[in-house]
Amino acid sequence: MALETLIESLPSLFDGLLITLLLTAFGILLGTTLGIVLATGRSYASRPLAYLILIYEKVLRGIPLLVLFFLIYFGLPQIGINFNALTAAVLGLGLRSSAYQAQIYRGAINSIPEGQIHAAYSLGMNKLKAIRHVIMPQMLRLSIPGWSNEFTILLKDTSLAFGIGVIELMRQGRYIQVRDPDLVLVVFLLIALIFFLLVFTANKILRYVEKKYQMAGYQTEAHR
Amino acid sequence: MAMLEVKDIYKAYGNVEVLKGVSFTMEKEETKVIIGPSGTGKSTLLRCINQLSLPNKGQVWLDGEEITNPKTNINKIREKIGFVFQDFNLFNHLTALRNVSIGLEKVKRIEKEAAQTRAMQELTRVGLEAQASQYPAQLSGGQKQRVGIARALAMDPDVILFDEPTSALDPELIGDVLDVMKSLAGKVAMLVVTHEMGFARNVADEIIFMEGGVIVEQGPPKEMFTNAKLARTREFLGRIGALYGEEETGG
Repeated sequence: MALETLIESLPSLFDGLLITLLLTAFGILLGTTLGIVLATGRSYASRPLAYLILIYEKVLRGIPLLVLFFLIYFGLPQIGINFNALTAAVLGLGLRSSAYQAQIYRGAINSIPEGQIHAAYSLGMNKLKAIRHVIMPQMLRLSIPGWSNEFTILLKDTSLAFGIGVIELMRQGRYIQVRDPDLVLVVFLLIALIFFLLVFTANKILRYVEKKYQMAGYQTEAHR
Repeated sequence: MAMLEVKDIYKAYGNVEVLKGVSFTMEKEETKVIIGPSGTGKSTLLRCINQLSLPNKGQVWLDGEEITNPKTNINKIREKIGFVFQDFNLFNHLTALRNVSIGLEKVKRIEKEAAQTRAMQELTRVGLEAQASQYPAQLSGGQKQRVGIARALAMDPDVILFDEPTSALDPELIGDVLDVMKSLAGKVAMLVVTHEMGFARNVADEIIFMEGGVIVEQGPPKEMFTNAKLARTREFLGRIGALYGEEETGG
């Protein structure tokens, strides 16, 4: 009986997994794009703009994700801004991630010697070209380890979207639990395993990417 | 009209006056060497010429164009002024070849293949054709600096500014870099800040002795080394010559 229910429920878990992956993909896309823009802005834009970005980062890093979800999904409609649950979740995940990612990219930018910018200027590059051709490629390479970390955090935090009614993996698990409370341990162990495998695979892939795009001479060697 | 004209440059960092009215001119294909004690503003002067540092007062003219005028497109001008840094400042994520070709590709907008052919010629000129596909971290200091010189040369500049190009190098690597610089003498104008007295004596058309933010004395090497007018110049040349192994410094 219980096993039957479990097998019947597997397709719904798969649907949930797809939504989880969707949230992760769009969340990280938004977070990365915005994070790069914010970090570049904080390092190279004018004072007032850099300051605004700083405030944005501080605020978004200071709010729990669930609170952010509730603000976007339940709060904003009060002032006439409506998002469906999925969009609200992507926004919440992406905006928060952008604040953390901005930190990662800014750290990377700061670790590039200032002389590189001077060298770029000396060749006749303007600021935009110097950022694009000299700073950006190095920044992205240096950011891969930090970005990998942020990616796995975001992947796992998609489960919080269950709180605003997104039918992702966690919510599907909850449905199964309601149908057959005896399955609760098995189902959530299964969900835990799915998350674990996703994170494990992602880390493997990202480690490969990190190695592939490493700047020669900047790899970490094994020492005794 | 001189190719490069530096007129009465002043530069201060906070309360510290680094340059206190420096003027000189350079002709096409001329080699000038700036010498002087540390902290005299030699490097600052070079940076004021290509506007990496903005002078507080004074003008710089290149080919009849005032660089210091805020309306001048400084990026266009910088294409014509090569800069070789003390600590190389190669782009760490690019191979030696791409370090040399990137200016051609992204600034002069030359098609990639042509740019890399040209870059290869410059690398050959500095004796590094075999290292073309290596990254900066895989090169020795002397090789890095020669890539830096090739990078500047590829842009076909009117003048190359060298900011202590051998100061960060091990003694046995200095020779290679100086040889490359010697081979450029008379082909492109060079303004070189250095302590290498051998280079100054043998290659420079004129030596500029700077101290305390001003030019103390300038003249052809022969005159400066054997017959400097001021006691201070003779003293400095004598001391630096002894330090850097010049056997006869005159004075």
